[in-house]
Amino acid sequence: MTRAASSSGAGSVESAPEVGIGPDHRLRASVNSILMAVLPVVAAVICGGVLLALLGRDPVSFYSNVVGHGLLGSLGRQESLIRMAPLLCIAAGLMIAFPAGIWNLGTDGQFVVAGVVVAALGPELAPNTNGLVLFTVLFVVGFAVGAAWSIIPAVMKAWFGMNEIITTLMTIFLGLSFASLLVKEFFDDPSTTVPQTKVLAVEDRLPRMFGSRVHIGLVVGLVAVLAVHYMMTRTAFGLRLRIVGMNPAAAEHAGMNMRSLTLSIFLLSSGFAGLAAAVEIAGVHGMVRAEWNPAFGFAVVPLVFLARFHGPSVILFVGAFAMFSIGGESASRKADLPNFFVLVMVALMLIFLAISEFLQARSRNVVTHE
Amino acid sequence: MSDLFSTLFLASLVSGGVLVAVPLVFAGVGEAISERAGVLNVGLEGMMLMGAFGAFATAISLGSIWIGLLVGGLVGMATSLLMVVLCVRLNANQIVIGIAITIGAEGVTALLHSANYSDTYPRLPRAEVLDVPLLSRIPVLGDGLFSHHASAYLALLLVVLASWVLRSTGLGLNIKAAGDQPHALAAAGGNPRTTRTMAVMTTGFLAGVGGAHIALIGAGLFVPAVTHGAGFIAIVLAMLARGRFGWIVSGAILIGVSLSLTTAFQLVGVDVPIDAVQMLPFIMILVVLSVFGRGSYLPAALAVPYDPESR
Repeated sequence: MTRAASSSGAGSVESAPEVGIGPDHRLRASVNSILMAVLPVVAAVICGGVLLALLGRDPVSFYSNVVGHGLLGSLGRQESLIRMAPLLCIAAGLMIAFPAGIWNLGTDGQFVVAGVVVAALGPELAPNTNGLVLFTVLFVVGFAVGAAWSIIPAVMKAWFGMNEIITTLMTIFLGLSFASLLVKEFFDDPSTTVPQTKVLAVEDRLPRMFGSRVHIGLVVGLVAVLAVHYMMTRTAFGLRLRIVGMNPAAAEHAGMNMRSLTLSIFLLSSGFAGLAAAVEIAGVHGMVRAEWNPAFGFAVVPLVFLARFHGPSVILFVGAFAMFSIGGESASRKADLPNFFVLVMVALMLIFLAISEFLQARSRNVVTHE
Repeated sequence: MSDLFSTLFLASLVSGGVLVAVPLVFAGVGEAISERAGVLNVGLEGMMLMGAFGAFATAISLGSIWIGLLVGGLVGMATSLLMVVLCVRLNANQIVIGIAITIGAEGVTALLHSANYSDTYPRLPRAEVLDVPLLSRIPVLGDGLFSHHASAYLALLLVVLASWVLRSTGLGLNIKAAGDQPHALAAAGGNPRTTRTMAVMTTGFLAGVGGAHIALIGAGLFVPAVTHGAGFIAIVLAMLARGRFGWIVSGAILIGVSLSLTTAFQLVGVDVPIDAVQMLPFIMILVVLSVFGRGSYLPAALAVPYDPESR
């Protein structure tokens, strides 16, 4: 019963406006879908501006600071691109789970646990391994640990039909505590005062590209999103997953092995969250402190919906979000606001997305009723 | 020594446990009502945060905990109207809107906090406790169990009231029908949308009261994200309880006691790995789920929008 519930949820977001065939209709449909993606953003920017004005800040200078630092300034732009890397990896995983009707809300737990293991392993391996081997091992380990952290929800969903929202939420709390436990009790670097893992030397971290500070994790993220997009839209496996999401009963009736499909959806989608952590540790931090939780997962969930699981749009939304987070940090500092303003913007976009979707569905109904 | 150890330890454990459990019960009961009516409210954390801020602002300026709790509930209810309009009326995806409400509330309350309190960081005085006559004098456990702010006992009353409404009244029947068979409810002359609207608003109110309890009585102050994931724990509890409210109470106390184990151990000078202790309740819940959870029941139309034309 929960399957039916989640599938109709995911399906309704995905349903594309395919009213008629022919170039004219197709053009109108694609103009429509671009409008649908842009309108919520514009409405959110306006609403956010009103909120800024209410708080006594100048919205125009705030927004121009955001764009000026996050996109146009060279340092800020590099920061934004660096931030995109883990977000894209997480998004790739969610692009598998959500269309298949699996609500993997536990990416933050999968991310943090994988991050700790990768951070502990990196400095041990680095002195005796060359870069390529090191990064391959770290990525594979990150992916595997992330996947492993979702085995319990996966098995409980596949065998007992247990709602994955409860179980994956619980694995976040479990994961955050477990990661802190690992850092404090097992991987603590005795030479530091705060509990943290040993540091992966800067020269052993992911190589940077084009003489900038942006590391190749960005490429990993981009490839991950595009590969998942291809898999979901162009392969038989992706088609099967989407059928499971749209109509689990039909999928079962068609003879699909629901258990192994459910299991692979969980493992793949949380594996990408683990890969995200490996990219972030090997590329940026080089170590993990106890209580570390950047909460990237909860930020990415709505972005994947805003982009309607469409790979290139996911990249755009993640890029805009990264730009807004990095630029927002600087603009908030200048405007003497906490950095939470970005959250308000994302929430506003989601709300306007829902409204625009409703309006679109209604206009479609009017057409069919005529 | 061992006497002092056990008394101090147990008292702090029980009283801290109840303090954590009360807001979980308020929010968990709210979530359970909404789920029975077919609306999965992932925005619980956000409604709690909004309630916490509204309550704190009120209590600071008026100096009354009770008016603070009430305003907290009303602010939570106002926040839930967003879910009513978007999810119940416009049939938007409940999980997406829930997450939007949670992250939006996190942002809005942090902004409001910085605009009003970031220079002064005001604190509320400790909430007055109500000693239950006789019972609170029971040695060792009495003080921890029966010496709390009166809202703790209200939470218990609420549990009794909510189970009675759901089990024995026409309103309860309507709520369950809206979650299981909304179309049947409509055919029988009920209105699933109205029922769901009322359920979601009740959830908003109770979540707001829960958040208010955290800020006013638990912490005595407001900081960004003061609810600390309590909303998500309450969602887990409500889904686990599957409409049996007693389970919400026991789950909340289990989690409350585990979370206050750390403080209790520190109080008596015993060093334990905090993180391992904090994992315990969730491990226990997972074990319970995998042993007993096979026949798990959730309302058939949970998270499915009710659309009168889609039949």
